[in-house]
Amino acid sequence: MGIRFVLMVNKQGQTRLAQYYEWLTLEERRALEGEIVRKCLARAEQQCSFVEHRNYKIVYRRYASLFFLVGVDNDENELAILEFIHLLVETMDRHFGNVCELDIMFHLEKAHFMLEEMVMNGCIVETSKSSILTPVQLMDKTS
Amino acid sequence: MAGASLMDTLFQRTLEDLIKGLRQQLIGEPAFISKAMEEIRREIKSTDLSIKSTALLKLSYLSSLHFYDMSFADFHALEVLSSPRFAHKKIAYHAISLCFHDTTPVLLLITNHLRKDLTSTNEYEVSLSLQCLSKIANVDLARDLTPEIFTLLSSSKVHVRKQAIGVVLRVFEKYPDAVRVCFKRLVENLESSDPQIVSAIVGVFCELASKDPRSYLPLAPEFYRILVDSRNNWVLIKVLKIFAQLAPLEPRLAKRVVEPICDYMRRTVAKSLLFECVRTVVSGLSDYESAMKLAVVKIREFLLDDDPNLKYLGLQALSTVAQKHLWAVLENKEIVIKSLSDVDPTIKVESLRLVMEMVSETNVAEISKVLLNYALKSDPEFCNWIIGSILSTCSGNVYGMIVDFDWYASLLGEMSRIPHCQKGEEIENQLIDIGLRVRDVRPQLVHVGRDLLIDPALLGNPFLHRILSAAAWVSGEYVEFSRNPFELVEALLQPRTSLLPPAIRAIYIQSAFKVLTFCLLTYLLQRESTASSSWPDNLQSGVPSSDLYESLADLSVGNGASATVTPGEVSPSASLEKNNFSHESIVNLLNVVELALSPLSGSHDVEILERALNVLGFIDLIKEKVLNSSAHKENSSEGKEVEVAEIVQLMHDAFSEELGPVSVSAQERVPLPDGLILKENLIDLEAICGDIGLPSPNSFSFDSTSYEETVGISLSNLEIKEGLEQSNESTSLLAEHRKRHGLYYLPSDKSETISNDYPPANDPRSQDIATDDTNDLIKFAEQSFAPRRKPSHTKPRPVVVKLDDGDEMPIVTKKPDPKDDSLSDAVRDVLLGSETIIGTSSQSNLSDKPSSKRKGKEKQNRDLHLELKENLVDDGNPSSRRSKHHSHEKERRHKSPRKKNAEERRDNGRKEKQKSSHLHGRHRQRADEPSNVSAQIAVIPDFLL
Repeated sequence: MGIRFVLMVNKQGQTRLAQYYEWLTLEERRALEGEIVRKCLARAEQQCSFVEHRNYKIVYRRYASLFFLVGVDNDENELAILEFIHLLVETMDRHFGNVCELDIMFHLEKAHFMLEEMVMNGCIVETSKSSILTPVQLMDKTS
Repeated sequence: MAGASLMDTLFQRTLEDLIKGLRQQLIGEPAFISKAMEEIRREIKSTDLSIKSTALLKLSYLSSLHFYDMSFADFHALEVLSSPRFAHKKIAYHAISLCFHDTTPVLLLITNHLRKDLTSTNEYEVSLSLQCLSKIANVDLARDLTPEIFTLLSSSKVHVRKQAIGVVLRVFEKYPDAVRVCFKRLVENLESSDPQIVSAIVGVFCELASKDPRSYLPLAPEFYRILVDSRNNWVLIKVLKIFAQLAPLEPRLAKRVVEPICDYMRRTVAKSLLFECVRTVVSGLSDYESAMKLAVVKIREFLLDDDPNLKYLGLQALSTVAQKHLWAVLENKEIVIKSLSDVDPTIKVESLRLVMEMVSETNVAEISKVLLNYALKSDPEFCNWIIGSILSTCSGNVYGMIVDFDWYASLLGEMSRIPHCQKGEEIENQLIDIGLRVRDVRPQLVHVGRDLLIDPALLGNPFLHRILSAAAWVSGEYVEFSRNPFELVEALLQPRTSLLPPAIRAIYIQSAFKVLTFCLLTYLLQRESTASSSWPDNLQSGVPSSDLYESLADLSVGNGASATVTPGEVSPSASLEKNNFSHESIVNLLNVVELALSPLSGSHDVEILERALNVLGFIDLIKEKVLNSSAHKENSSEGKEVEVAEIVQLMHDAFSEELGPVSVSAQERVPLPDGLILKENLIDLEAICGDIGLPSPNSFSFDSTSYEETVGISLSNLEIKEGLEQSNESTSLLAEHRKRHGLYYLPSDKSETISNDYPPANDPRSQDIATDDTNDLIKFAEQSFAPRRKPSHTKPRPVVVKLDDGDEMPIVTKKPDPKDDSLSDAVRDVLLGSETIIGTSSQSNLSDKPSSKRKGKEKQNRDLHLELKENLVDDGNPSSRRSKHHSHEKERRHKSPRKKNAEERRDNGRKEKQKSSHLHGRHRQRADEPSNVSAQIAVIPDFLL
């Protein structure tokens, strides 16, 4: 199914956004996030951005204090996922203007919304920033 | 009421307040959240939708980030969903997609909400409901909403159409029959010129094709067009993935795509696309030499890059190449070896995998040696990775790679001594397995086993216990190859064995029993042969004496063999000379065993107790006679002598049965005896046994009467106490014994004192040596990976016993997932059934009006077909009924359900008739189709390629 989940975690290991594309119970999520965060946050700058975990792979990238972690199937293109992460950050940056952790904390539903525009069923369906943001901005205006 | 509601609204904490509160953490997070949850539980019951929705929003926040259960709000979420306001809907959809899943009880209540929003004129409402559906759709939702999705697939709004395409994947997966309805439209979208649509649809096809590539071969021309035309890297990557699946299935297609792909490889600057090209070539087009060469060049660039990401991906690509084109790996072996000492564990593991790929019959010994040395110095995790991969590589294909099993046995022994080794179980299995399979390796195995057993330090390391148990078993089973059985008995019964878990200790005792029997038999035979002249032929009653001679001859052969394995290492006491089994030594042996085991006759573990008692009983049986016989010399007590010989021979026979590997499926081949009911219901037994109150079997232990009085102290405490007593007692006894027979004791004085502290493992040397190591490794790589001629082996490869039906665990033939199967069936039906249509449409892309018309008709047919099915399934399930019926239903709810169903059926039937009479002609046409399908399946038309 391509992408299995998208997580945003800060340096302290607190989850700031979690989006799963397969059903996991709360306990499974808690365990999974714990394991992944422990594994990825311990890694050094100069190590590569891919971690094999259970039967899939985690592609992660750090922006300032925030880690973006994406769980993907093994045959997914890791570099493309890195680009996807970057696209996500750029999109949020364009919307919030100099995006930071607080923006995501206080506007979680918007971050979710952008993500939902980009990914469906674990497939990336939209890669253009303006098409992602049009509905988000429209909703801002109406509400 | 309204006032209270207004007050509530004013004073309700918003999500922002909640987050701020969480950040301030005045009263601690858990306390704060549980207070907030209390509020939410209250607020969510409010009749005011804005209060309710805010509560729901807060709840979803806490649920998704703080793992609080929100299933209690399932129904409330539905209530918020029915709000006319978009903002409320958004919150509700988010909450629903977060917490609903296949078994949510109220899931079916959402069908009508979704249908309403899917047909809404507000495209954002449509998109919200599509996004939600893509996460929560189950069979019923997928089936009931297929028509709406079908309509949306050709929506004029790109935004909606794109998301409808995205949702299709989930719908197909849950309800494969939807393929028959929607697939045509999906394919039409593939021909779209809108880049947004193409990027969505390609992703969907990539997922579909990965499950069952063959069904999508007819669409190859469309994919090819996208591959050549598209300038979007995302799309190209997905299309390449599709071709990686399709190309191996159809050589002509592979030939066609190889050129454009190479083109991209040469031109593109995007690393992600480049990597995907490389991956496509190495996995799908590896037969094209020029493409492969180009790919390997690119892989090398990746490997040499400073970016660890590219390095990792290069290694990964190499490991895909390795199976077919080992030359590519060998070309890059230096980098691969160097990566073994990378700072990044992910890269290390990947390069280890590659190194193992390079292992062959000729270099397995050297590589294993170097890797083991390297393992000594690495961190524990990687160390075990190394050990694990050596073990699995060497044992693969029933030890296909091993020629020199003596070497392998010693390697296993060495591995066990690596301080971080945690692969005890695997090593245990292999030690026993090669013992069973390879007759020639047994002397060496016994030797390795002995080295492990006599080292008292190893007993303190719990990770090694499994290996030790294998060593003990091997030493007992193949004791005839041992150079010094007395030493083995000492080792097996040394006091520190009390550190072993009971099950393994039992194996130790049993092995000691085997060794003891062997010694006695040899001793008796020896005496018999020295006094052979005086032996009358009165042995007929028991064992024919010729048999005894034979086995003696066997033994000496065995000993001879073991002596040749490592000559020069034989200590004076270890050579198994015939006269070594003097009467005195046998008596000593009996004493040693008796001394060591008598404390265990009170053991609390049944296994240990039983084995110890067995041995002690055996000794009781023969000891007197053996002692006596010596006192009176042979001629005085011939009768007894014979009796002893018989007993010992009997015991030995019991042990000497050759054990072979057993097939995993052996049990299945045993026919079930008549009258044996395996699946009998034993519940009646409970009534009978219930009042007996059996102790639970796993804590089965004996209480001696003296302990019964001390109530209140747990049994385990007692066990420990007694264990200590025993060991103290045995220590003193052993010390005494040692004084007398110092010769047979190991030089170590640790065996005398019971101390549980494990002697410090030889610390792995500091990391800075690692760099030197890498240099060593590289140097070594120069030598050992260089392809060279097979050295002529001095020893031929010994016979390895294999089972006829294969040794691997029988791969349980996974039942093909009925869903997947039906999905691909459906796709094949649709695609191949209409292949000509697609063919013509792609041939005459511009003038495809007639074909699309026909598609439309066919769609209607399928729609009808679907409806028919739906009604059949649906009858008992009114809640998922279409909205048309819904209002009626509510009115009828109080009527008897039977009547209701009957009415509905009639209702549906009428509709059905109307529709089918409309479309009857076409329906028949559809029935004709399958014959065409079967004719077309075999022919993949040329014009496609």
